[in-house]
Amino acid sequence: MGGKAFQMTKGERAFDIFLYTALTLIMIVTLYPFLNVLAISFNESTDTVRGGIYIFPRAWTLENYQRIFSYTGLIQGFKISILRTLSGTLLGLISASMLAFTLSRPEFKARKFISTFLALTMYFSGGMVPMYILMKDLNLIGTFWIYILPGMVSAFNVFIIRSFMDGLPFALQESAKLDGANDFMIFYKIILPLCKPVLATIALFLAVGQWNEWFTTYLYNGNKPHLTTLQYELMKVLSSTNQGSGMVNANDMARQMAQISPESIKMAITIVVTVPILVVYPFLQKYFVGGMTLGAVKA
Amino acid sequence: MIVKALTENGVTANESVTPRPPAKRNSGFWKSVLQQKYLYLMSLPFVIWVFIFSYVPIWGWLMAFQNYKPAKSFGEQKWVGLDNFKELFHDERFYLVLRNTLSMSVLGLIFGFVVPITFAIMLNELRGSIFKRTVQTVSYLPHFVSWVVVGGIVYKTLAIDGGIVNDLLMWLHITDEPIQFMAQGKYFWGILTASDIWKETGWGAIIYLAAITGIDKELYEAAKVDGAGRIKQAFNITLPGIRSTVMVLLIMNIGHLIGIGFEKQFQLQNNLVTDYSEVLDLYALKYGIQIMRFSYGTAISMFTSVVSVILLFTANGLMKKFTKESIM
Repeated sequence: MGGKAFQMTKGERAFDIFLYTALTLIMIVTLYPFLNVLAISFNESTDTVRGGIYIFPRAWTLENYQRIFSYTGLIQGFKISILRTLSGTLLGLISASMLAFTLSRPEFKARKFISTFLALTMYFSGGMVPMYILMKDLNLIGTFWIYILPGMVSAFNVFIIRSFMDGLPFALQESAKLDGANDFMIFYKIILPLCKPVLATIALFLAVGQWNEWFTTYLYNGNKPHLTTLQYELMKVLSSTNQGSGMVNANDMARQMAQISPESIKMAITIVVTVPILVVYPFLQKYFVGGMTLGAVKA
Repeated sequence: MIVKALTENGVTANESVTPRPPAKRNSGFWKSVLQQKYLYLMSLPFVIWVFIFSYVPIWGWLMAFQNYKPAKSFGEQKWVGLDNFKELFHDERFYLVLRNTLSMSVLGLIFGFVVPITFAIMLNELRGSIFKRTVQTVSYLPHFVSWVVVGGIVYKTLAIDGGIVNDLLMWLHITDEPIQFMAQGKYFWGILTASDIWKETGWGAIIYLAAITGIDKELYEAAKVDGAGRIKQAFNITLPGIRSTVMVLLIMNIGHLIGIGFEKQFQLQNNLVTDYSEVLDLYALKYGIQIMRFSYGTAISMFTSVVSVILLFTANGLMKKFTKESIM
């Protein structure tokens, strides 16, 4: 910066004070709900009903967590969610990187056709009902595969990886070719290792999407207890009062809350559903900030 | 910008990199397929995939012109012409749902641009400090949380017994008794928009921050010499500097005006506010799948898709004409 060359004027200082205050407020507003949920999850559930818990538990206990982990639906949901996230991310990465690689080869004859074919899917979709009927005809309803297969290829991810690959020096591929490597070997041995940053970004996108998705379970697998995911289990617990059909007024709500699932239990489940994905992102932050902006820099 | 890079590179840009080999006879085609067999092997399975899961459902649009009965095969269905659409356009509920959809998406469009851009400009004013990194990391947090969780959080925050918003309002004596935010339709659009801002502002700012970083630093130095303060600099250098990023994202979002999805509405709604919370996709879900009126549901989805594409092309065309920015 210019150092002392430009004295800070009164206006400048006021601007700085405003800036730091505003951003601190934004941080508080962003963080508070999470801290509140955390505090309630560690609070005795009968004590929680009295209200007034903000960011510290009043009657500290681990009982809520003990109780939810003895609930088999949750453990099962955890397993399915993890399996779904891992396999969905892996298959999504494989498909997107392979397609991106073939599209990054200027001499590939089918390249233009495939790009257009993929790009169109970003603008048109059949909608919910035709998709539902297709799933029914393919006998995917009530199976684990419905979580993974329909959304496996994403045009958006393909194009992001592809634009990263376009930035790699082409000479690497040429020399490998002279050494007798075939296209698949070039992809696997040379291109993939160089694509680590963009692959990490896409992996994060895919994993977040898979972990957080609840609608597929709601629509297709809701009556298959062995296939329901964590998000769906959470939704059931939360909606037992929020969206309960008989909810008329506040007193009714309070009564239901006490009967069905205490607030603290709900918040403990919320934490269990949220924490796994929140632990990952700070580590991948440097990648996704770069990955998100990749297109911007190129265009 | 991402999308610009995507579609342009994807479809046309690289055509100029290598000149096409002169056209040969058919044997040449098979020869090249053989030569590029690995490339075909690596792409064709996924192309077939996309065909099945993305193109076959579009074929399903034909159902909108039938009286589809799940028990019969496609050929045996009864064709009814535009009957489903006629019914749709005569349904009062449809106009209510359309109103909700447009209101919430226009609110989302306005605030979904203003807030992240403002946030990005504010962040940019902090130069590389720990504070800046902390604010940024914290701001991404809600993006990684599902709408199920956000729904729970919103209900908790706005609750009448111990929700922080009502506690604050009463502590400040703005209101004497807690407001039932979630039980009154008039608050729904605001609550939904605010939740969306809370969840996505930090994430949305990434792309603007990157664009700001790309602005020539000398412009700021020059402005400083001319005596422009930081607010003036933001308006005269930063904002024009990210104009093309904003335009491209704007065109994309206009294309999504009517197809905003239903995730947030689904998680935040309850039976007391459906007149304000129901959007087109929820309406399609209700009619199309839950009460098994497949053809009617398809007609709703088809209407949404077609209007989206028309909006996208119109926005793109207008922008191209007036600002020379476009995504296609």
